[in-house]
Amino acid sequence: MTLAQKYPAEVKQILAKYPPEHRRSAVMPLLYLAQRNQGFITKEAMQDIAQLLDMSLTDIGSLVGFYTLFHDKQEGKYRMQVCTDLPCALRGADQFMEELCTNLGIKVGETTADGLITLEAVTCLAACDKAPMFQLQSPDSIEYHEDMTVDRTLELIQILKRAGREVA
Amino acid sequence: MPHLLLRHREIPGIDRLEVYREHGGFEAFEKALTTMKPGEVTEIVKNSGLRGRGGAGFPTGMKWSFIDQKIWPHYVVANADESEPGTFKDREIMEGNPFQFLEGVALAAYAVGAEAAYIYLRGEFWSIASSLDQRIAEMRQAGYLGSDLLGTPYGLHVYTHLGAGAYICGEETAMLESIEGKRGQPRIRPPFPAVHGLYGKPTVVNNVETLTNVPLIVANGADWYKTLGTPDSAGVKVFSLSGRVRKPGNYELPFGSTFRELIYEHGGGVQDSRRVRAIMPAGASSSMILADDKVLDTPMDYASVRTLGADLGSASLIIIDDTVSLDWVIQKTIHFFTHESCGKCTPCREGTYWMKHLIDRIRATGAQNEDVELLLNVAKQMQNKCLCPLGEFSTMAVVTGIERFPQDFKRVAGAAA
Repeated sequence: MTLAQKYPAEVKQILAKYPPEHRRSAVMPLLYLAQRNQGFITKEAMQDIAQLLDMSLTDIGSLVGFYTLFHDKQEGKYRMQVCTDLPCALRGADQFMEELCTNLGIKVGETTADGLITLEAVTCLAACDKAPMFQLQSPDSIEYHEDMTVDRTLELIQILKRAGREVA
Repeated sequence: MPHLLLRHREIPGIDRLEVYREHGGFEAFEKALTTMKPGEVTEIVKNSGLRGRGGAGFPTGMKWSFIDQKIWPHYVVANADESEPGTFKDREIMEGNPFQFLEGVALAAYAVGAEAAYIYLRGEFWSIASSLDQRIAEMRQAGYLGSDLLGTPYGLHVYTHLGAGAYICGEETAMLESIEGKRGQPRIRPPFPAVHGLYGKPTVVNNVETLTNVPLIVANGADWYKTLGTPDSAGVKVFSLSGRVRKPGNYELPFGSTFRELIYEHGGGVQDSRRVRAIMPAGASSSMILADDKVLDTPMDYASVRTLGADLGSASLIIIDDTVSLDWVIQKTIHFFTHESCGKCTPCREGTYWMKHLIDRIRATGAQNEDVELLLNVAKQMQNKCLCPLGEFSTMAVVTGIERFPQDFKRVAGAAA
């Protein structure tokens, strides 16, 4: 099923935001929709969007590669993206990240064995006064967690783990 | 003085339409539409001395007056991409006082004759975007957006557009590319957006904080606005304070307040009662100011900060104390810019890449003093050669860090040799 077949109302709403002769503007919102649909952007979804907007697959691929919030493969269910830029690092973000890695038994960029969390270091998230902080990216949301400690982060991970089990 | 931009700090619920209206909300928009010509709105903003709050400090009214009147349609784009390390003011404005910002968007659109406006938010602000969407719908219901507004032939539609994680999209032409569904890479200027902007049409791009000032100026007049701040920098500014201070956060102060007032009176001083050693007044893009008593007593306005060999930019102050070594600081900023370079122009793409390798080697064991000289050399060779400000900004902390804090670099190179 194509994106337009599965989400006709959303696709229509997205296209209505832009002048009809500039349909290509809808590409980023459509990529978000595809990511929400399957957790990451599949090649089929890219083909789908390419056809819908009269773009080439290469064009679409170059956008997915350029923008860091688009993902073309499945990793952890949640991406825990810790800001380690200068202002956060001046408030302990590097130590926070190091202790988190030790506690989770993974390195930056890796995913926990249960597939729940992929830990990533990212650039500024506009929350410099509330470091250490991270955003939790899942297919359908981005949530900020600010003024964090390692203990509170580990608690949050336990909650996410339990929520996952209940759903399963 | 009560806040003018961060009004939610005194007025709870101002993020709701009825509360905003109880406090004078949309009176400026009604006044403009029913009693003023578009050119008069531009004129009043020009006379107020309002300058762009995104970093460049360009006079806002003058920017609007450049819009090409022979080519139509016109567009307004609100820059809500806030991504400069150390900057977190637009987020608070949009979360706390969203209608004043949206009224500013509407006034800017009326002034330049735009019937469509896009708000470009960084992808991380997706929840802010959805709450703005709701508020835009409420404005439409209340008759502030749509066709034939307030009994006039003027109509306006406002849309949000989410980015997806790219600092460069804060640069106005990269932002326009991104809205057009392309990679966010800057265009060669000229032509400027006022002539050739979104979809090749005349476009005004303004920062969130800039636009949030506009309803106050239209309501109270240019003369009133000029009583705030300094002759060179009129009005108030939201200063984002971060780094080694006790109370980091946003502080709305008149231009011309001193560094000392911000850091000590508002920010509670430096953590562990240490000494301020360096100040980066414009986020990661800043030059490094060597802090001393004279610097701390300098007024924060565009002209005064320039006398210190730096720019005020977006007024995102990162405070560095005497426990921090500057070689570590520039390693952080270089890594940031290397990651965010869009790759379009060679000096920036290759320059940031080599600066990264050099600073990593300088910070590792076995560093040579020559490496520091080479890093300085690479940074200086990049200057004035990049397509957009990103490449230029990436060199600021490097050059001023090495030149103004040489001991931090000698020690590393020497100790490791």
